[in-house]
Amino acid sequence: MNSFKETKRSALVSLWFMFLTFPVMVMKVDAIEKTVTWRWENMAFIGIGSFILSLFGRAFFERQKSRRQRQIEQNIEKRNLIQIIISHNKYLYPLAIAFFLFALLFPHLFSTYQINVMTTALMYVVLGLGLNIVVGVAGLLDLGFVAFYAVGAYSYALLNLHFGLGFWAVLPIGAILAAMFGVLLGFPVLRLRGDYLAIVTLAFGEIIRLVLENWNEFSQGPSGVSNIPRPGLFGIDLTLDQAITYLYYLMIIMVLVTIFVVNRLQNSRLGRAWVALREDEIACQAMGIDKTKTKLTAFALGATWAGMVGVIFAAKTTFINPASFTFLESAIILAIVVLGGMGSIVGVIIGAFILILLPEYLRALSDYRMLAFGAIMVSMMVFRPQGIISNVRRRYHYDPEKERSE
Amino acid sequence: MEYFIELFFSGLTRGSIYALIALGYTMVYGIIGLINFAHGDIYMIGAFTAFIIATALSIFGFPLLSIVILAALAAVIWSSAYGYTIEKLAYKPLRHAPRLSPLISAIGMSIFLQNYVLLAQTSDFLAFPELIPDLEFMEPVAHVVGTTDLVILVTTAMAMLGLTLIIKFTRIGKAMRATAQDRTMAMLVGINVDRVISMTFIIGSALAAIGGILIASHIGQINFYIGFIAGIKAFTAAVLGGIGSIPGAVLGGFVLGLTESFATGYVSSDYEDVFAFALLVTILIFKPSGLLGRSDIQKV
Repeated sequence: MNSFKETKRSALVSLWFMFLTFPVMVMKVDAIEKTVTWRWENMAFIGIGSFILSLFGRAFFERQKSRRQRQIEQNIEKRNLIQIIISHNKYLYPLAIAFFLFALLFPHLFSTYQINVMTTALMYVVLGLGLNIVVGVAGLLDLGFVAFYAVGAYSYALLNLHFGLGFWAVLPIGAILAAMFGVLLGFPVLRLRGDYLAIVTLAFGEIIRLVLENWNEFSQGPSGVSNIPRPGLFGIDLTLDQAITYLYYLMIIMVLVTIFVVNRLQNSRLGRAWVALREDEIACQAMGIDKTKTKLTAFALGATWAGMVGVIFAAKTTFINPASFTFLESAIILAIVVLGGMGSIVGVIIGAFILILLPEYLRALSDYRMLAFGAIMVSMMVFRPQGIISNVRRRYHYDPEKERSE
Repeated sequence: MEYFIELFFSGLTRGSIYALIALGYTMVYGIIGLINFAHGDIYMIGAFTAFIIATALSIFGFPLLSIVILAALAAVIWSSAYGYTIEKLAYKPLRHAPRLSPLISAIGMSIFLQNYVLLAQTSDFLAFPELIPDLEFMEPVAHVVGTTDLVILVTTAMAMLGLTLIIKFTRIGKAMRATAQDRTMAMLVGINVDRVISMTFIIGSALAAIGGILIASHIGQINFYIGFIAGIKAFTAAVLGGIGSIPGAVLGGFVLGLTESFATGYVSSDYEDVFAFALLVTILIFKPSGLLGRSDIQKV
């Protein structure tokens, strides 16, 4: 009886979706040829697909609900495998060393193309970790993160073009410039709450892109800057393959530095202040935390990483134009943070690898890439809002036994 | 002077369309406190539905008047259906989640809808059929204000009047106002809050669809991406006026439309969008609650 009812509900859902998608999916008109194409097969796909998805979706939801109920009743917090590994050093260290060795050997095992793809993925790891400071730790939803990335990329491209500055000179300059833009964005949004903040940061990102696109004398407009030199290595001439491998190792070092710094930051006084700010702004101020300073440092430190990766991006592709810095890019970086689990470093790394490598290796399905992207973002929020790896908060226990013995 | 009047009317036309879309944002925000990021894409779907139906009907040889009515009706019906479905799928399960979750879900939904239309239809710009014929009595002033502008202004005014009547005098309007004030209290006095929220999405999407048809016949072409920029601008309008406030959204729409029109007319047309965003940032710095919004007091 129950299963009959479920089937009937799913059938209704599938009918509804067949109706909903009718004009867009089934009809295709051509005003010039004056023809209407009816694609009834699409309707059948939608009907069957939504029927199955609704059956499974509802079953999944029910199971999750009952499981959560059980967890609350028994007062246990379930941890998944990765969380257990992270929280125990005896598992974590050997695994980390194995990964590190694999990363070191990677260029010798795989082709140049693979190295290039991996470098890109590593860049997104750093970008994700940077945005993680702003969104995951400090809870400030930044939809214009790509602006800082653009600042970094353009500072290398333009400083090199006009003043002939090299990669290593611009790397810190790009970082500082991006941090300054972060503070610049931070000031007007200090008084704003969550949603307003999101939209202003989005507007800021669009302003930067539009200025780059239209101010031809400054940025060479939509045609962009080309012939940007790759990073140098003590003046040694590198072949293309060597340069790519060199960049890969640079990225590995960068990722390690980022992980180290971000990890230390999260457990510092400042990091605690960010978390406090995320949890409750007013209570945080009442505890004597300077809200202005805390917010601005979050923006500035997040932007610093984007600026540095921007410089590397310009050096890697040797050509940049404003089209590389659209809102979609911001959305992808945000999706990495969200998918991985906000506030969790390992989560962000895994998220970046999944979102950047998967579409790369599923080239055949590349048309459906962005569609899947949107669907993943929605279903992740609905079914697993904490991300792949939720950030395990450190708990402090008061142990009376221990107290007495001391 | 004539140039000034021309810019003024073009600003009003733009502004009224921004206002129509902004109303959807502001109504949803007023009731569930969520920026419905996918709202711009609902407007895009409205424009696409109108395009498909209108073109198909004109191929089948229907008379112009019936094409206009049927296409508008189809756009409103399907947009509302999309709005309703999106709320059920992407927002309703997240009603008690932290504030960030529904917002991210909304961004995902927006990306999904854009690519859905891109894959199912096309990525090219499509010429939108001319639904509004030039009226004869508009001839003497046609160089400053065209028939399309007039139709847009009149339709917008009617839609807004209709919305005001619904909210002020009907049962569901009363329920909406109650839910916006205090959701828990509204539930306690027996209002079906789920239904109110669904209704809000349906009405907001219908308004967006009307805006979609109007702007598409004004500009003359559509594309799967039109929802994004229009959505941000309409949101800017809603924030300008004070999000959550219905007269505020209308005022914000007109302020934004006129600012853009004059700025592009007198300063530079390259930076059209920059002016809109700069206006948003300036207003938020000096008056974060918007022109007509009330600033609510936060408590711990």
